Order: sequence, then C-alpha cells, then structure tokens
Amino acid sequence: MVSTEEDGSVEEKENNNKKRTKSAIAVAWLTFYNIAMTAGWLVLAMAMMRFYLQKGTHKGLYKSIARTLKFFQTIALIEVVHCAIGIVRTSVIVTGVQVCSRIFMVWFITNSIKQIQNEESVILFLFVWTFTEITRYSFYTFNLLNHLPYFIKWARYNMFIIMYPLGVAGELLTIYTALPYVRKTGMFSMRLPNKYNISFDYYYFLTIVMLSYIPLFPQLYFHMLRQRRKVLLGEIIVEKDE
Amino acid sequence: MKHYEVEILDAKTKDKLCFLDKVEPNATIGEIKSMFHKSHPQWYAARQSIRLDPKYAGPLLLYLMFYFRVPFIYAPKYDFTTSKHWVVHLACMCHSFHYLKRLLETLFVHRFSHGTMPLRNIFKNCTYYWGFAAWMAYYINHPLYTPPTIYGEQQVRMALIIFLFCQIGNFSIHIALRNLRPPGSKTRKIPYPTKNPFTWIFLLVSCPNYTYELGSWFGFTLMTQCLPVAFFTAVGFIQMTVWAKGKHRSYLKEFRDYPPLRSPILPFVL
Repeated sequence: MVSTEEDGSVEEKENNNKKRTKSAIAVAWLTFYNIAMTAGWLVLAMAMMRFYLQKGTHKGLYKSIARTLKFFQTIALIEVVHCAIGIVRTSVIVTGVQVCSRIFMVWFITNSIKQIQNEESVILFLFVWTFTEITRYSFYTFNLLNHLPYFIKWARYNMFIIMYPLGVAGELLTIYTALPYVRKTGMFSMRLPNKYNISFDYYYFLTIVMLSYIPLFPQLYFHMLRQRRKVLLGEIIVEKDE
Repeated sequence: MKHYEVEILDAKTKDKLCFLDKVEPNATIGEIKSMFHKSHPQWYAARQSIRLDPKYAGPLLLYLMFYFRVPFIYAPKYDFTTSKHWVVHLACMCHSFHYLKRLLETLFVHRFSHGTMPLRNIFKNCTYYWGFAAWMAYYINHPLYTPPTIYGEQQVRMALIIFLFCQIGNFSIHIALRNLRPPGSKTRKIPYPTKNPFTWIFLLVSCPNYTYELGSWFGFTLMTQCLPVAFFTAVGFIQMTVWAKGKHRSYLKEFRDYPPLRSPILPFVL
C-alpha cells in the first residue's frame, strides 16, 4: 500500500507550537537514507523498463528484479525505527502497518508463490510502487534540503489519486490468483493434531487479508485526500483526536 | 457482623452512582435495589437491572461452550461429547475458576475498577478477552487436542500447583490493596507485606497482582501446552509490564521513602 505520512512538512502549526529541532546527525542520516532509497527505486524502475524494452514481454521481469526489490523494500523497515526514536514525526503503527503490508506482499506472496510471478497484476503493483516510492523519497529528500520543487509536491499529493486504487487492484488480483496454488500446496499451513495445539490455514488467512482491504483502503485513501487539501489547497482542517 | 460495601456504577459510563455502606452478606438483589432507590428516588426497584461484568462473563461462558462442544464449532459427530483427556477437564475447571474469581472480585473486592473507562475502550477490551478466550478454548477442547507430551503428567501437576499458588496470591494482593484504603478516604499509601505470606512478595515487587496474574497464565500454558495460550500469556505480560512500570514510576514520584529494592513486576529483573 502507498505510504501516507511525510517528513514533518504538513504539521507546520505543530512545529510552531513545539519547537523540535532535529539534531544535525538525524538530518544528515535521513537525507542520506532518502537519497539512497530514491536511487534504489530509480534503479528498479530503469531495470524494469530496460527488461521490457529488450525482451518485449513482462514474463521473467519479476525474476530479473527480484533481488533489488527485496533489498530496497525490506530496508524500509528502518523507517519504523525512525518513527520509534522520534526523528520522523509519524505514528510508529501507521508506518509499521504500511511497511509490513509491503513486506508481506513481496516475501509471502510474490516471492513464495512462483507460479504467479509472471502475472500482469504483479507488474501493475510493481509499477505503482516504483512510481510512488520514487516520488515519496525524493519528496522527503528535497524537504530535508529545504528545496522542494513544486512538481514533486504536486506529484506526491495528486498521483496517489489514481496510483492508490491501481496499486490495491494489482495487489488484490495477485493474492486472488495465488489462492489456488496455496490451497493445492498447503504452504505455510499447519494442521491438527500437533504438539503445539495450534492450526493455521494460509488460504483462509489470505482471504481475511483480502477482506481487510475493504475497511483499511478507504481510511488510508481519505487520509491522503485530507492531507492533499491541507497541503495543496491550504485548507485548515480541524481533526478529531484519533 | 461483617458487612459488604456495594458500589453501583452507571452501566454505560461506568460512573460511580452510589456507594452502599453496610450491606448485609445475605442481602438480596431486591434489598440492594431498594437501598439504591433511597438515594435515587426516580429509580424504583423495578426500573433497576444489575448485571455481571460482560468482560469477564464472556470468556467464562465462551470457554464452556467449547468445552461442552456446542454444535457448529467442531464436526457434527463430536457435538455434545467431552474430551477423553483429563487435563482438558482440569483446564476447564482452572479457566472457569479464574474468571469466576475475577467476576466476584469486581463485584465485591475492587474499589475503583472501571470508573473512568471510555466506551470505546470497553469494546476493545471485550474483543480482546472474548477473542482470546475463544481462540484458546477452540484448541484445548478440540477433538484432536494433544495433551502435554514433554513431561506428561508431571508437567500438568506442576502447572496446576503454579496456577493455584498464583490464584491465591493474586487474590491475597487484591485484598491487601483493598484494605490499604478505607472506604471513602482518598489517602494513598505504600502497600506493604501483611501477615499473609502471599503478600510478602511486596518486598520485591510493586505490582504483585500482575506478577501473580502472569504466573497463573504461565501455569495454564504449561498445563495445556497450547501455543494460543502462550500467545495470550505473552501479550498479557507485555501489557501488564507497561502498567506495572507506570505504577512503579508513580509510586516513586509520590513517595520519597519508597523501598528501593522493589521492581515493577518481576523481582530484580523487570
């Protein structure tokens, strides 16, 4: 799913009320991190384009970029730490949920279920993720450098309007296509009787995951829409305490 | 003669509505209602309905439904059968005893239980208790349940001892804490060990009620050798540690002479 919070740019009101000067080391580290991640996802985007242009098909594309994807998506766990230690002013839980859902998609669906790796839905969400992450990380980078080009800000707060639903479609379709293979192989599942007295059915678990998009997606989407109104249109929105 | 004190809370907001001093032990609900009526003239007895705390009544009843294998939980051929493993019967007795004890404590022992809890929290709380109770009960009472294999009967016996010891301990602490503050007073005091040996743990720990609670569930985990129970114990442990640390910190802030040897929840460790 698309990330929703940013590096302390919208909370201007709060910044004026509680002066929280980040240490120089924190700023330096975050700048380095965001530049590195921007570069990483750019590399991914270019590798994907190059594969498609050379081979003319998307079959085998996932395999060719799998390692890079796994690396950069997994590294994003650091962002949870950033929130936990306070150098990024975002809720740990929100960031945690977002990163975990990406990691789940990469490691527990696409990487584990080889038969769906050449599906179009995979290419769809890969495209969305790449576009979104490049925008998001460059947004953070420029923010930290205090030189934010308007087009990056525009992209961050407008592209999600179509990217978000497209990404959700890609993810859901991929999980749905994977279901028969999960059922057949019984992967990640555990049946009774066993000495731990627990059972786990990955097939039903995935079904619940898919259903959970129904309440979760609108919440994140409307949150981003509210952020957009605040940042781009300068609307002052009084929020109820969440 | 010993008397009870009965606290009446608003069912929705949990605000304290009325404090009935000197309620006779054999007072009926009807008599309690008329005592309440005296202080709230508009609520005559027939308009009153006094309930058991659903948060604890839920797990109690849910578990029993799984124990008796009520239809639609397991395969139809198992409906209304009972497990052939004696540890399953023991587990049911322990689980039921635990929640019965909690229900009775909220009715007769605790002074300031849910007075300030917002409605949303109650929903989350119930989901937590009810959800975990159902999850645990499903596996323990399952026809394909596997009794403890590592140390077998020895393990179950040891677990039972730990469980009972901690139940008595937990109850002792609740009584000791209740006796710390006489009814109606607002004085806050440091809890100290009493004549009851189960309270001697106050020497080492600030919140022994949580320590004993953890011990009870640890015992239950050992008894049932069931991973969902282990998860429940772990989550409870984390939550109680957070609460214990907070309580410990507020004790330290409030009392200059607070015993330095005490840890929040685990002696010397946490």
